[in-house]
Amino acid sequence: FYLTPPQVNSILKANEYSFKVPEFDGKNVSSVLGFDSNQLPANAPIEDRRSAATCLQTRGMLLGVFDGHAGCACAQAVSERLFYYIAVSLLPHETLLEIENAVESGRALLPILQWHKHPNDYFSKEASKLYFNSLRTYWQELIDLNSGETTDVKEALINAFKRLDNDISLEAQVGDPNSFLNYLVLQVAFSGATACVAHVDGVDLHIANTGDSRAMLGVQEEDGSWSALNLSYDHNAQNEHEVQRVKMEHPKSEEKSLVKQDRLLGLLMPFRAFGDVKFKWSIELQKRVVESGPDQLNDNEYTKFIPPNYHTPPYLTAEPEVIYHRLRPQDKFLVLATDGLWETMHRQDVARIVGEYLTGVHHQQPIAVGGYKVTLGQMHGLLTERRARINSVFEDQNAATHLIRHAVGNNEFGSVDHERLSKMLSLPEELARMYRDDMTIIVVQFNSHVIGAY
Amino acid sequence: AGMLLRLLSDVRWRAANPTWRGLPCCRRSASTTAEPQAVALPAQAQVVICGGGIMGTSVAYHLSKMGWKDIVLLEQGRLAAGTTRFCAGIVSTARHTSLELKMADYSNKLYQQLEQETGVNTGYVRTGSISLAQTQDRLISLKRVASSLKVMGIPCEIITPKQVAQLHPLINIHDLVGAMYVPEDALVSSANVSLALATAASRNGVQIHERTSVSHVSAQKGRVAAVETDRGQIQCQYFVNCAGQWAYELGHSGEEPVHIPLHACEHFYLLTHPLKEPLASNLPTIVDPDGRIYIRNWQGGILSGGFEKNPKPLFTEGRNQLEIQNLQEDWDHFEPLLSALLRRMPGLEALQIMQLVNCPETFTPDMRCIMGESPTLRGYFVLAGMNSAGISYGGGAGKYLAEWMVNGYPTENVWPLDLKRFGTLQSSRTFLRHRVMEVMPLICDLKVPRWDFQTGRQLRTSPLYDRLDAQGARWMEKHGFERVKYFVPPGKDLLDLDQSKTFYKPDWFDIVGSEVKCCKEAVCVIDMSSFTKFEISSTGDQALENLQYLFSNDLDVPVGHVVHTGMLNEKGGYENDCSIARLSKRSFFMISPTDQQVHCWAWLKNHLPEDSGVVMEDVTWKYTALNLIGPRAVDVLSELSYAPMTAEHFPSLFCKEMSVGYANGIRVMSITHTGEPGFVLYIPIEYALHVYNEVMNMGQKYGIRNAGYYALRSLRIEKFFAFWGQDLDAFTTPMECGREFQVKLEKGMQFVGQEALLEQKQHGVYKRFTMFILEEHDTDADLWPWWGEPIFRNGRYAGRTTSSAYSYTLERHVCLGFVQHFHEQTGQELVVTPDFINQGEYEIDIAGQRFQAKAKLYPFSSLFTQRRRKEEVELSGYQRE
Repeated sequence: FYLTPPQVNSILKANEYSFKVPEFDGKNVSSVLGFDSNQLPANAPIEDRRSAATCLQTRGMLLGVFDGHAGCACAQAVSERLFYYIAVSLLPHETLLEIENAVESGRALLPILQWHKHPNDYFSKEASKLYFNSLRTYWQELIDLNSGETTDVKEALINAFKRLDNDISLEAQVGDPNSFLNYLVLQVAFSGATACVAHVDGVDLHIANTGDSRAMLGVQEEDGSWSALNLSYDHNAQNEHEVQRVKMEHPKSEEKSLVKQDRLLGLLMPFRAFGDVKFKWSIELQKRVVESGPDQLNDNEYTKFIPPNYHTPPYLTAEPEVIYHRLRPQDKFLVLATDGLWETMHRQDVARIVGEYLTGVHHQQPIAVGGYKVTLGQMHGLLTERRARINSVFEDQNAATHLIRHAVGNNEFGSVDHERLSKMLSLPEELARMYRDDMTIIVVQFNSHVIGAY
Repeated sequence: AGMLLRLLSDVRWRAANPTWRGLPCCRRSASTTAEPQAVALPAQAQVVICGGGIMGTSVAYHLSKMGWKDIVLLEQGRLAAGTTRFCAGIVSTARHTSLELKMADYSNKLYQQLEQETGVNTGYVRTGSISLAQTQDRLISLKRVASSLKVMGIPCEIITPKQVAQLHPLINIHDLVGAMYVPEDALVSSANVSLALATAASRNGVQIHERTSVSHVSAQKGRVAAVETDRGQIQCQYFVNCAGQWAYELGHSGEEPVHIPLHACEHFYLLTHPLKEPLASNLPTIVDPDGRIYIRNWQGGILSGGFEKNPKPLFTEGRNQLEIQNLQEDWDHFEPLLSALLRRMPGLEALQIMQLVNCPETFTPDMRCIMGESPTLRGYFVLAGMNSAGISYGGGAGKYLAEWMVNGYPTENVWPLDLKRFGTLQSSRTFLRHRVMEVMPLICDLKVPRWDFQTGRQLRTSPLYDRLDAQGARWMEKHGFERVKYFVPPGKDLLDLDQSKTFYKPDWFDIVGSEVKCCKEAVCVIDMSSFTKFEISSTGDQALENLQYLFSNDLDVPVGHVVHTGMLNEKGGYENDCSIARLSKRSFFMISPTDQQVHCWAWLKNHLPEDSGVVMEDVTWKYTALNLIGPRAVDVLSELSYAPMTAEHFPSLFCKEMSVGYANGIRVMSITHTGEPGFVLYIPIEYALHVYNEVMNMGQKYGIRNAGYYALRSLRIEKFFAFWGQDLDAFTTPMECGREFQVKLEKGMQFVGQEALLEQKQHGVYKRFTMFILEEHDTDADLWPWWGEPIFRNGRYAGRTTSSAYSYTLERHVCLGFVQHFHEQTGQELVVTPDFINQGEYEIDIAGQRFQAKAKLYPFSSLFTQRRRKEEVELSGYQRE
């Protein structure tokens, strides 16, 4: 079974999406030029999600990747809801009031987010009312709490993450009279998702990470070479601090059973996640909810199963670790990706491949004749060569696609091998997950001119 | 770019002596000496011209020649320092429309003698030009131009590739199928031409002030009152905006904005060092439109630029975000043009590059330049938007504008260039930015009949747009309004049809044929909502009195009658051709062609006395117009209205408000603009969908179907109906197109144009609208006529066609056009009598091939399905396709 290059391309490009921040005659006042994103499924259906949106009532842009486990329900919910929670957390008191008044009097709402979505990125219509009510309760509380202080982005991110996870948990406990919705909120709560979210506003970059997706900055050194700067820490067994944290939160008696085979309670890879109420609720609560829940839930062995050595819940939190970075002109791009990418590729290679791709496409140095002696023939040769370079090497119009092509198709020499690519992409559904994981990538490109002018 | 300034121009200002003096040779050293002494601006002048490029200086030159002396020309920088300085200096008469051709021809003749007249070295060299064809279609296009050039008396030949090689040593001819050689085309130094014109103007008394920028024009009572500059105010009666790519902004700077739709794009050309054996200065200029490039000799080397497929618009946000001088060279962008150049002249590989010049050019939404008076601000004239042909048009355009200002109108019909063909709707920055990106490549694209712009579309649409689109409508655009060309029947290969770009039989031939057949035998609906509609009323008799003066037909008809009438100028020419329905004693409903919206409004405003008491309203947007054409229209309508619609109850040229379906107050008129029986329904827009649905449902049993403008066009042309803008213009009188019956010379009061018409009635006309039936023209195999084809009478040139169509009824091509009578020896125009028309043998020249044609002065009566009294025969139509 062999895929032709066009077939490979159509698979790789099926989910690609690009957004360019609108510019006006070469003038772009945003520090973000735009972003490319893409995802390649291994699970069927894919359990990864991605989101991108521009905040309309505050400045800044939000981008995130979400890696679901035990189904995609939680990742889907987080991808729809988290940015609203963040945006609301960032809103000043007056705007919140204005929004609440608008809802109260049935007037049109100020738009909060402008989404940048691939057609495959859907929102669940059925739950929107429920989600909205939860969100509204949140902002009502924020209004009541009115601290009068200006909103700190880091705090807002942490609050938003925690609040959303809390709402997911509550919605599952309360249930919903509509049986479809009732099942949905339980699915969301019993499945899990990690989240890695970037908030970019001018030169201020915040990364909030929960779980083992990763954010990485591509930095161009003075000699033109590329290096990677981590802007998140993986929350898993490989992270000493994280292991320590978990151990600190539980009695010494559990020390041995807490982390087994590099997994939380021997089960869960990420040490922080949304949903996963099986690692958060008390045994009594879990039993009560499962028993009173719909039959599908009751018949599901996974949901009924209580993790071993489950003594002092919660074992899991959705609280993110937030890292702040002030962007510098040499910071050219940001890569957010789920662990599917990082398992197959070293971050140093990621920085190099994306860096060379972006400069090749967009920053080929313009030629100036100046005072040199150049003939028409020489110039023509030079230009044809430049054109060929753009056409052949960079058949991808999307940096994320380009990265996936390398991640899946790289041979031992670090170059894309079509045969390998073809094999990896034509694996039958049931085998695909053995060779690779869902992969979701967002590459955000920065505007060095704007950043340099700050 | 600094170096270039000095290379292309070597003339400087002598402060002491306010005349222009050219220095004979290139002096690369210090070319700018002392700053000119700033002379105080005058407090007032008759005319202020803004812009010291080729356009401004040409207008100044011609105005002063025509005797106007009190003229001030202002230039924000230095004379000829904008696009004029950078442009390639090619004077080419190979133009696609006869008006542009005449302008270029005049410019060429003017520049040729300019050095002698002024003493300024203009660098004029007669090199000739060769336009290359790489394809047969291109060659056809060139042959069409050649036919036009020849009848204008401009020498021109279609030559073989071998002959090309003999004329130019460097050209690779292997991929050529032919070429057109115009031996009298020339090269000039464009900056020096400008300076020469300025010198002559200055000698004639024009005051020229550099480094003076105009901030805005102030108005009083709808007239230009003064010009505000950074050096003070000048009171004036006339203002001329020749600000080139800044014309748009300058137009918008005043309190009363003047919309001048144009937009700049970057334009690149290459300069090289001389060849080892320097090129002769009289080597012909090469235009290779298929390669999108032009190549001229330049100081022993070459200058070569082109019009790429992916232009880079700039200055969208306005002026001064970038100085012209600081624009970057972009070699990667130029690569396709460089490839084309080396393919055309492979021998140039070793030639050394001097510079890639980035020189912005200004483009307009329809690739024609903009001239004329503002419709809203009297005395505000414009000449700009040259679409990269400023040097070729400069002389002629300046002359026409000067004539316009001095005499009230130029000596040629310049409607295709008139500012008033545009309105506010074309002046959105986004629209312009998108449209010019399509216009610039078009300069090199093949000009095939009936292409449509793809950008800036779906701006104005009828409420039925989506319904019609879903039924297979193919659209064209007029004045921003989407109109249906034809409907693709289900099952037809759609992709194929959209590619219908050919000089031969188009692939919509059968589709339109079946629509025409349906109009003849059953009933068709055409959405004609784009037409301009005005309501004109008054409290007393003022409306009638004023309209009687402005229109040539008698409008004092019983209420409910529709009158076809011209809106004539003093010379009796058609400023507009319209239908006017008398709604009541004191109110009228006027329907004019779509692109009359701005012009007609301005004309009426300007000609109605200030205290006339006449109220005018533009109601174009309020009504959807459905044209029901065909013998069964009467059945459909009577069933829908429960009212008898037969000729006894609803005679031709009648207008009545009635109900159609549930909707009341539908204005129904028994006209169809085609000569076929039927009605036009003017429907308040909220009822449009309802009425359309009702008509289509009810019509089903009568075989109703949708039709488009191509069917309408075929129907009206076979019946010899002239359309304003296509056949009729300000230089055509009713007497010349067989419409005497629409003029009531004896209506008991004076009207505009009456004297001229009386004069013509007495002494005869000098051209006559004639219908030609092509004989032995093979519709499948021969080139199709379009418009603008030369007409030959007994082997001698006698005029041009103005429109043509295939008549599905006659199964022949029909061309409409004007026949003139030129004296055999002197070329003087003589009176054209019906006998003169009838006694000639005619031929129509389509791209160099002549087809015999039969001339007729009256339409075939057999084509009119219903016999009617001659008076009633509806002999009018509108629209220019």
